Amino acid sequence: MKAGRRGEWLVTLPSFGWLLVFFLVPTLIVFAFAFKPSDPFGGVSPGWTTATLAGIVDPQYAAIVWRTVWLSLLTTALCLLLATPAGYAIARAEPKARARLMLLVIVPFWTSFLIRIFAWKVLLHPEGALKAALVGLGLVSEQAPLLYTPGAVLLVMVYTFLPFAILPVYAAAEKFDFRLLEAARDLGASPLRAFALVFVPGIQGGLLTAFLVVFIPALGSYVIPDLVGGPGGEMLGNKIAQRVFVDRNLPHASALSALLIAAVLLPMAAVLALQSQKRRTETIIEEDA
Amino acid sequence: MLRERMVAPPPPPGPTVGFLQFEGVSKSFGPLKAVDSVSLGIQKGEFFSLLGPSGCGKTTLLRMLAGFETPDTGRILLDGEDITALPPNRRKVNTIFQSYALFPHLTVRENIAFGPRVAGWPKERVEEEVGRMLTLTQLEPQARKMPGQISGGQKQRVAIARALINKPDVLLLDEPLAALDLKLRQRMLIELDLIHDQVGITFLYVTHDQGEAMSLSDRIAVMKDGRIEQVGPPAEIYETPRTSFVAAFIGDTNFLEGKVAEIVSGDYCRLEVDGFPEVVCFNDKQIGQGKSVTLSLRPEKLRIGRERPEDDRLHNAVPGRIEDVIYLGNHTKYWVRVQEHRIAVLEQHNRFLLDETPLRWKQDVWISWHADDAFMLEAYSESDEQLTDQPPERVGEGS
Repeated sequence: MKAGRRGEWLVTLPSFGWLLVFFLVPTLIVFAFAFKPSDPFGGVSPGWTTATLAGIVDPQYAAIVWRTVWLSLLTTALCLLLATPAGYAIARAEPKARARLMLLVIVPFWTSFLIRIFAWKVLLHPEGALKAALVGLGLVSEQAPLLYTPGAVLLVMVYTFLPFAILPVYAAAEKFDFRLLEAARDLGASPLRAFALVFVPGIQGGLLTAFLVVFIPALGSYVIPDLVGGPGGEMLGNKIAQRVFVDRNLPHASALSALLIAAVLLPMAAVLALQSQKRRTETIIEEDA
Repeated sequence: MLRERMVAPPPPPGPTVGFLQFEGVSKSFGPLKAVDSVSLGIQKGEFFSLLGPSGCGKTTLLRMLAGFETPDTGRILLDGEDITALPPNRRKVNTIFQSYALFPHLTVRENIAFGPRVAGWPKERVEEEVGRMLTLTQLEPQARKMPGQISGGQKQRVAIARALINKPDVLLLDEPLAALDLKLRQRMLIELDLIHDQVGITFLYVTHDQGEAMSLSDRIAVMKDGRIEQVGPPAEIYETPRTSFVAAFIGDTNFLEGKVAEIVSGDYCRLEVDGFPEVVCFNDKQIGQGKSVTLSLRPEKLRIGRERPEDDRLHNAVPGRIEDVIYLGNHTKYWVRVQEHRIAVLEQHNRFLLDETPLRWKQDVWISWHADDAFMLEAYSESDEQLTDQPPERVGEGS
């Protein structure tokens, strides 16, 4: 038993070391740089200061932070809303069709992420096919911009993150006992209510994972708003990039990054705490029984 | 010496109108005819069982009544209303699933309250009815637990309460005891019977276990290959099976093939059976002289002993030799060689076993039975022979 424990530690060591050196230490450096004065050549000066941190409490950031949060939340909500019926449909399909549908979900990953976003630029372009079609159908006016708007950012983010939401939802749906839906129908529930009251709670683990894998990368989005967002669609990630590459102000960029990391860690910690608490109460009740 | 004997009633000319009525219902899955033009009437308050081997169509019939399958042809009427096309949630039937299908994210109480909640009952009424169901099924101590934290028997009771609270016209039970161990199954049998007496709802019980069906049902429909072979009360099905399938599936039996040699009187005939002296048999089906028949002898209706029984006009006796003895505690099963036949005989031990000198392997014995205790079957199929409990022949030890 003891030897087994030591063996476990031994095999964990390389990945643990990797995380320590390339993840934890850089993160701590980012936090530390937030308290350093900047130097005019793009580096940091010796000494400590809280001026940078005070500097980011700025109304110009409030708007960006707000847009980052609502765009990410809306992206996550739309992804979950689309992924839930998609996961259900794939899990209920015939095994052969299931494999094909899963392939369709994964196929976009075979093309470079950047190329797919450039494809959206072409589609959304004022003289692009999509715009022409929409104008032709009378759905948008000739003048309405499609590209370089928060809406474009939202659209491309949902497009990009949807497969990441479908995969965990499908994994949970595949394990779901569909006889429970028959039981719900038998007890008087309409198809929609059976879905909402039995299927959705039944895959909540998958939905939680989908929430995390969409919301967290969405908060840190940088490439998508940079390419299709325009000035009105900028997110926090773009501001951090500007502080580094344009202003060459590392402490300022670090302070913003620290803010973002905190924004990501807080909901994640909350979710994990919730899960572990639930597990703990369940074991306690089980021991009681 | 003539006794009152149960006689199988002739098949009804057409389906009688029941509270629940299947009318020429058929259902195919691809080339497989799962249910083949079944007509069946079930009375209000009846405990009715569909009994048959797996694949006989009993579960498909149940699922069509619940609304999970649509019949290809035919109608299903409940209380005079055609429900064939109604979705499951609009039918006044509730199902107890073999897997129980309890909602794992809801407590026992919430599981039971599911139906009323969906139906939009007022809150106080839901509380009250759930409380009553918890009392009926003795689940109060478990009310706040999750389905994962209770035992199999308790899950079963939650499933019953969750279905009954909706006050269905018919309660469907799909092999509800199959997942329980023997002792628990016997206890749940009694509980189900009590619950049926208390609520007075029509129960439609699907099972492949003849013991369950026999002990609970008012009437049983025996199914085979999508068709109903016989409908009747348990005793009638056991004592006067209409086909060799029913005879072999319900209980155990010995089949002997023979020919009607002579009509003795209105009620009795003499049979010619290879290897047997003349056999007198009750002729309830009025089978004519010269017809080929199959004689069915229930093992427990046979007597076995060392002495030749006294001659009697209505008693049959035949000598044989014991080939196998299986001691089962409360009774012993013997396999007796009579010429080319192997006859199973069941002897109940009513006395202290050591008072008797037990019969042993390779002893010569006499088997006897009363003419009323065997029955003749016209319909016989070779495959039904395999349903009887024939042990493999012992190699090199034959008579």
